[in-house]
Amino acid sequence: MSKLSIVSGIFLIIISLSALFAPWIAPYSYDLQNPDELLQSPDLNHIMGTDRLGRDLFSRILYGARMSISVGIFTALSALIIGTIYGAISGYIGGRIDNFMMRIIDVVYSLPDLLLIILITVIIGRGWVSIFLALSLVSWVTVARLIRGEVLRLKEMHFIESVKALGANHERILFIHILPNTLGLLIVTLTFRCAAAILAESTLSFIGLGLAPPFASWGTLANDGWGAIKFYPHLTIFPGSAILITMLAFNFLGDGLRDALDPHKRI
Amino acid sequence: MLLFIFKRFLWGIPVLLTVATLTFGIMHIVPGGPFDREKKLPPEIKANVEAKYHLNEPVHKQYILYLYGIIKGDLGPSYKYLGRDVRDIIKDTFPVSIQLGVLALFISIILGIGTGIISGIKSDTWWDKVTILFATTGISLPNFILGIILILLFSHFYKILPPALWEGWRYMILPSITLGFAPASYIARLTRSSVIDVMNKDYIRTARAKGLRGRNIILKHVLKNSIMPVITILGPITAALVTGSFIVEYIFSIPGMGRFFVTAVTNRDYPLIMGVTLIYTVIIVLANVIVDILYTFLDPRVKLE
Repeated sequence: MSKLSIVSGIFLIIISLSALFAPWIAPYSYDLQNPDELLQSPDLNHIMGTDRLGRDLFSRILYGARMSISVGIFTALSALIIGTIYGAISGYIGGRIDNFMMRIIDVVYSLPDLLLIILITVIIGRGWVSIFLALSLVSWVTVARLIRGEVLRLKEMHFIESVKALGANHERILFIHILPNTLGLLIVTLTFRCAAAILAESTLSFIGLGLAPPFASWGTLANDGWGAIKFYPHLTIFPGSAILITMLAFNFLGDGLRDALDPHKRI
Repeated sequence: MLLFIFKRFLWGIPVLLTVATLTFGIMHIVPGGPFDREKKLPPEIKANVEAKYHLNEPVHKQYILYLYGIIKGDLGPSYKYLGRDVRDIIKDTFPVSIQLGVLALFISIILGIGTGIISGIKSDTWWDKVTILFATTGISLPNFILGIILILLFSHFYKILPPALWEGWRYMILPSITLGFAPASYIARLTRSSVIDVMNKDYIRTARAKGLRGRNIILKHVLKNSIMPVITILGPITAALVTGSFIVEYIFSIPGMGRFFVTAVTNRDYPLIMGVTLIYTVIIVLANVIVDILYTFLDPRVKLE
């Protein structure tokens, strides 16, 4: 793996840990308002400054990491589980059922993710759970396609034929012999799905359709500062940089993992 | 050929029907009717209003009326902008969004294919490395972050370009770059790998061996063959431009359809949400059909079925 992807991996671990332990690391509480210190630029007390209610931006970004990263990881995991089951069944059974299952995917796939997510959140309301549900409902499709392709490929390999000749049943072939071979692809997909989910969540929150206050993800924070970007740019720059760096790290890590685990799939 | 085009268009119908049904379903699932006010309307007036919009009919009949309305181009009244039809709002805002979308598509194709080809031909030079760096960043860079960066840099720091609105060519530069950068990166990456792929093919070696000039080889053989994979992703790219447009229009306060879509969602203005969603779906379905047709035209190996 390249140095860049290892550094990215370490960075992501640090970010996740500090999100997990935010209450112990953050110098202030995320909702502590201080009327004497409104809209301060970064200084020694508040290394990223304060917002219009006098809340410490660094603490809010640490707490925001909890929202952003948890949405990313949980969505990616659920998309992976649903997508793997669906894709494996579709690819393994094949024939008409496969055809039908793929047509469903085609319909979902032909619409842009963000549009579908917005429509789903219109039905089920705003909040962490609805964003998680909406993102999972949309992103399993990509995983299902990838896994189906991989299962289709593996199913024709000689070692599967020999296992069949040895008298293994379908469950054994699928769970012991085919799925473990997709592990590399799964790990790479997980990384990219995480990045995609964090991107979608922060975008939604930035245009004001994401999490509702007082909870704030990085997207919400960036949006909060957006109205006053001319006078208080730090309110947008810090959360924006947090999103940018995390996205870059996920993508570098994903590229590195793909080269390491799945050398044929290089684009 | 005509039959193929016709058939391809027919394929779009199930997608459109699914979306129309979905949108109809959403309007009926969500609580709260369009004419619920804090002050209750007298029952006679309410009955009259409901009769006007056919809300007193059974659901399946409403569904048929709704589909019929779509075919006629009638998308219903807006709940928020009283007295305005969804159709009127779309008519006013659609041209702006199309301008933005086409500009961004133009930028992404020219920038993407141009840089992709050069860096594919000169792979492993500094130019190639810079392109890869830009393209990788472009793919992982959320477009609202790019918008923020561009506004900070060119509107607040250097003050050369306006940060908002849509009133002339100077207003169009930042938004179209913001929208087009990510697709340009995708196209550049794809073109690059496709050029490298083609350059290693036997027929290029043959062309070289025949003594053809380098420029001729590139223009006649490499370009033609490496452009094919790029065409296939124009469908997904249109989809990306559509979703990107409502973020970019929000950031730059552009009076386009996307910004109205975002405010419609915040206001729960269901007919407007549904109308715009339908338009988006039509655009994407059309783009996919056009890409398919282009593909069969350019590559005779693709069979018409």
